[in-house]
Amino acid sequence: MNSGSHHDHHEDTLAWRIQQATGVKLAHCYQCGKCAAGCPVADQMDLPPCQVFRMLQYGLPEYDKRVLESEGIWLCLACETCSTRCPQEVEIPKVMDFIRGEALRLNLAHPRSRDILAFHRAFLDSIEYTGRLYEVGLVADYKVRSRHFLKDVMLAPKMYVKGKLGLLPHLIKNRRGMKHLFKHTIGKG
Amino acid sequence: MRIGYYPGCSLLGSSREFDESARAVLKALGVELVEVPDWNCCGASSAHILNHELSIALPARILALAEQAGISEILAPCAACSNRLLSAQQELEKHPELLPGIEKAIGMPYKGSVKIVNILEVLDRLKVLISVLTTAPFRKKVASYYGCLLVRPPRVVNFDRPEDPQSMDLLLKAVGATPVEWPFKTECCGAAFSVTRTDIVAKLSGKLVQDAVKRGADAIVVACPMCHSNLDLRRAEINEYLQKEYAVPAMFITQVVGLALGLDPKALGLHRHLVPVAFAETAGVQS
Repeated sequence: MNSGSHHDHHEDTLAWRIQQATGVKLAHCYQCGKCAAGCPVADQMDLPPCQVFRMLQYGLPEYDKRVLESEGIWLCLACETCSTRCPQEVEIPKVMDFIRGEALRLNLAHPRSRDILAFHRAFLDSIEYTGRLYEVGLVADYKVRSRHFLKDVMLAPKMYVKGKLGLLPHLIKNRRGMKHLFKHTIGKG
Repeated sequence: MRIGYYPGCSLLGSSREFDESARAVLKALGVELVEVPDWNCCGASSAHILNHELSIALPARILALAEQAGISEILAPCAACSNRLLSAQQELEKHPELLPGIEKAIGMPYKGSVKIVNILEVLDRLKVLISVLTTAPFRKKVASYYGCLLVRPPRVVNFDRPEDPQSMDLLLKAVGATPVEWPFKTECCGAAFSVTRTDIVAKLSGKLVQDAVKRGADAIVVACPMCHSNLDLRRAEINEYLQKEYAVPAMFITQVVGLALGLDPKALGLHRHLVPVAFAETAGVQS
């Protein structure tokens, strides 16, 4: 359905899937632009939040694709300035989380999302195996995944001297429980 | 006073001075901390990006462990942790249909009975005691920096005012400091982009360091490990972006209160900062 109506979305649209998954109705946005005005990274986004919402309101496949391929959705810091100031109380970062997930699922994620994703995956892997974040392991893992081997090589020795780098991971006792937790959430597939 | 304690991962590593200073200050104020046994990471800024259920299950396990340990109120000094714990608790309240799946994942019952508080809330309760016990007033101009996660989203955290909050300013006044008026109290520092998009962190944090200096602040006071890392560990990148040599230190609120209470700067972890807290040594001598 390419009618352009932004009240009832067809099942094929990203707007419909967003509503099903998050409960957020895109029609609530009336394009005041307050989200983009307060967003600390809007100036670096190809599509600021209000434009993402406007495009999705059309329910057109080419616009949905444009949103899923955008770099901007990966720059959202989830600082919640937008949702706090939104006169319609639209939970914009929650929608951004869902759109990123869809971009990954449909293999449309922007190439520059690679490093950001590498970081989050390394982060979660660290927790899955040890229960707590192992910062040294996280950074090492991130370097391998992102191939930014020289990133922050100058910072680590300074942190070590200040006692801020624990060289060994903190292992929780119930590590099997953590594996189980991951298997029954993100690992459900 | 006895209260549950969830330090979180940052407080074991890159922000251990937050843990050290929180424990030292609360001990001095007669608060007994009961650490949640075998706690795990809350998922912080990564879990919710990749999986919604995981972002609920990780905090739910922590809260369920606290329930089992008989903890009715839990202090999470890290702003990200307290925000994630609150988010998960409310998500489960709003969507009870998620509970069976989450209980299966964590392998424990979850009641949702634990009250979650941040460090400013706990210090605020003790404010009168803090002023009475202040032996070395912190007579400095300070920029109180709340960041995002303590005050937003208001429907989740329900704490202070989302724009121009006051709780930290009042605490700082109680220990003799003078908070400056500034518009960056709740601006984002760049948070989890510290490693992946350091350029964005340098720019966002740079703006607020610049303004704090312009308003004559002797220190920027924070209550979040991510804010602190970006303002302290990333100062070289910030200064490079600004083409300046700003040396204004970033301090945790617990370190400021600790100095005012006359505690040893070393016990407060002040020597761990990359941007030195130059006036701390003189403050320590007085005690």
